[in-house]
Amino acid sequence: MTQFTLSRSSVASRVAGGVALILLAGLVAAPWWASSSFLHLAGEFAVYLALATLWNLLAGYTGLVSVGQQAYVGLGGYITFSLALFLGVHPVLAIPLAGLVAALVAVPVAALVFRLAGAYFAIGSWVMAEVFRLIAAQATALGGGSGISLPASVTKALGGKWLREASIFWLALALGAGCLALVYGLLRSRIGLALTAIRDSEVASTSLGIRIGRVKHALYILVAALTAMIGALISLQKLRVSPDAAFSVNDWTAFVIFIVVIGGIGTIEGPILGTIVYFLLREFLADFGTLYLLFLGTLAIVVMLAAPKGLWGYAAERFGWSLFPVGYRITFKD
Amino acid sequence: MSDGLAVENLESFYGDFKALHGVSLKVQPGSVLALIGANGAGKSTLLKSICGLVSPKAGRITWRGRDITGLGGAQTVALGIAMVPEGRRLFKSLSVEENLILGGQIGRPGPWGLARLYDLFPILQEKRHQPATSLSGGQQQMVAIGRALMSNPDLVLFDELSLGLAPIVIKDIYAQLPKITGQGMSAILVEQDVTRALGACQQFLCLAEGRVSLSGAPRDHSRDAISAAYFGT
Amino acid sequence: MELVNIILQGVLVGGLYALFAAGLSLIFGVMRLVNIAHGDLIVLAAYIAMEVIKLTSLPPLAALVFVVPLMAAFGYALQRGILNRTLGGDLLPPLLVSFGLSVILQNGLLAIFTADSRKLDAGVLETASVSAGGLSIGLLPALMFATAVAVIAALQFMFYKTALGRAFRATSDDAEIAELMGLDRRRVYAWAMALCLGVVAIAGVFLAIRSNFDPFMGPGRLIFGFEAVIIGGLGNLWGTLAGGVILGVAQGLGAAIDPGWQILAGHVAFLLILAVKPRGLFPRMDG
Repeated sequence: MTQFTLSRSSVASRVAGGVALILLAGLVAAPWWASSSFLHLAGEFAVYLALATLWNLLAGYTGLVSVGQQAYVGLGGYITFSLALFLGVHPVLAIPLAGLVAALVAVPVAALVFRLAGAYFAIGSWVMAEVFRLIAAQATALGGGSGISLPASVTKALGGKWLREASIFWLALALGAGCLALVYGLLRSRIGLALTAIRDSEVASTSLGIRIGRVKHALYILVAALTAMIGALISLQKLRVSPDAAFSVNDWTAFVIFIVVIGGIGTIEGPILGTIVYFLLREFLADFGTLYLLFLGTLAIVVMLAAPKGLWGYAAERFGWSLFPVGYRITFKD
Repeated sequence: MSDGLAVENLESFYGDFKALHGVSLKVQPGSVLALIGANGAGKSTLLKSICGLVSPKAGRITWRGRDITGLGGAQTVALGIAMVPEGRRLFKSLSVEENLILGGQIGRPGPWGLARLYDLFPILQEKRHQPATSLSGGQQQMVAIGRALMSNPDLVLFDELSLGLAPIVIKDIYAQLPKITGQGMSAILVEQDVTRALGACQQFLCLAEGRVSLSGAPRDHSRDAISAAYFGT
Repeated sequence: MELVNIILQGVLVGGLYALFAAGLSLIFGVMRLVNIAHGDLIVLAAYIAMEVIKLTSLPPLAALVFVVPLMAAFGYALQRGILNRTLGGDLLPPLLVSFGLSVILQNGLLAIFTADSRKLDAGVLETASVSAGGLSIGLLPALMFATAVAVIAALQFMFYKTALGRAFRATSDDAEIAELMGLDRRRVYAWAMALCLGVVAIAGVFLAIRSNFDPFMGPGRLIFGFEAVIIGGLGNLWGTLAGGVILGVAQGLGAAIDPGWQILAGHVAFLLILAVKPRGLFPRMDG
């Protein structure tokens, strides 16, 4: 009888875990040792990482390809500004509240959009985002089509320049790390097992009693809420909301999709790698304007055709790497 | 033998599962080979490998002296190999007649055409404009057979001819079989009903777990021997 | 009377939306593919028409003689070269590749033609109208609607009465067995896409005559086409025409209440139908 041990982590993942903790500690202290522009960049990185991780959870694990997550990014921004301007809520407190409101909004949205399947679901989610955008453009109290800036009185509530920048940075860090940790925890749990089963075979998993509809609904609403919180943060960082910027397909969906596709869809490490690649590319190519987007689009197509599992997925398959293990490892004792 | 089908040491997969482990067989022109075996023995995979729906990983298939290993379905039908698929698999958006016409689209010359098919299966002429899948199981089987014959094949592969059909319907279809396979046409017949299969063939091949367990002429083997080969005991 | 006029205009513009949607419907029916770049291809056709007119000084509708075959050829190449490689069961590759294509088209057009708004000049066609029973019927809208009807009728005929249509239906039903009939699915799909982009060419030229266009109009057209398909019901081209008409009328009514409400009203109508009749009004197939 062959002996074997069952473990959830490998040496590589444990090392990676340690490195991540050290990195996190260093970043938390960043407002004291880093420049304004670094904080800004790192915050942006965290935001995109969070958006990508969440989109990946929906598309790579739950099979819900949404081209309309910008609906919740914009919703988060508009709710935050509404709460701050009309109810005098402290901007930072508005973030979790925006998440709550978004979760409530997501319930009827899901009821409608889930009537569509596959690619039609994707476009349907896009339509919903357009509906949100058009409604926002009609809201004269919030600046209508041109949007509105956060008035000085509210900005002061965030403190002086250093505190304001630090707060926004910490919130971004918290959301980024939080989303990553949440998704990781989710996928390691029974829900994660259910998701993998659904991904492999919907028919088989239904026969095992997994309530696919419920799982998909719940995850969609969860992701909506978190995306709205990220949107809330983005609006605070920009100190402004406008329909076109808050609900931009390019900024909040196209780039996110590219990040996940190039990094590796259906893996946790993929969005991390993808965000790194995206920011590197942006550093070197952003000067080229439209050529940059052309390049991203072409790269996404090439990756999808040649290595559909993305850079990380390809490496993981080829070399067996895994930094965020969600499965089990069987090691046979020889 | 350069005129019939020869399969040598074929290895084929059904998804990730290796279904055939080195299967060899020969079909003489004008003869019927019965392919029997339990479910999962590899019979369908073998037929699909021959007609090109599955690409074998190893081994060789020769048809009339020509190597056809790995050729696609569109090419094998042009060379005269037609398949009556398991479960009929008629085109549900097409009428009976459209299904038949499509079968003949490859344009091979020969005796089979709509007129002759309607002669063989008169009920199809009656229902020719109806959606193909609105017919009964037995009638659909006739359409599937007709669709294969319209390409004027020299080798017909029948995959589970009687599956899901009532006994009287099966009897009718088998009664027509000699009319179909007469005149030099070869056939491989996969059939769950062993007695019927052995009664309709000149040679048989028994598969068990992807390997040939017994082959030859039916009269040369006892029922016990065939049973043992079927169940792999 | 004003209301009747609004509804009439809505019906006629529905023809244009049906033209947007017809290609989408065809492609989904044949290969279950939803091409996110569909709207951008309509815009591409508009720009190609613009260039053809610059070269030949032809009137816009006559330019179709060149634009239709050009777009059809492009469709054949696009399908065989790229999109065929994405088909095969998994949902993500065709969706993400067509999304990438959409981004490439938008930014490619932007790079070549700048973001300036363009329009094709069809001269008297744009302003001519016929008076009937107190209503003013524009020649261009009427022509658009008539073209939509003609295109859909032609597609229906092709689908149900020709060998090509038979090949489309068979491959859509069971691509594997269709191969045994000598139908190479790669070529069948390529022909379907060629046909689709031929229709897209017509839609693009009409779009360019009717209103201004710029590189970023694609997604909006995709959404209108998509809404028309869903409202009308999957797998039914005449249903798609009905869907386009309903969308056009909803938008017209919305615009009458407030110009900023025009597109939103269309979305609301779409969502209402989605809520009440999820499979659309006249569905013939499942998604």
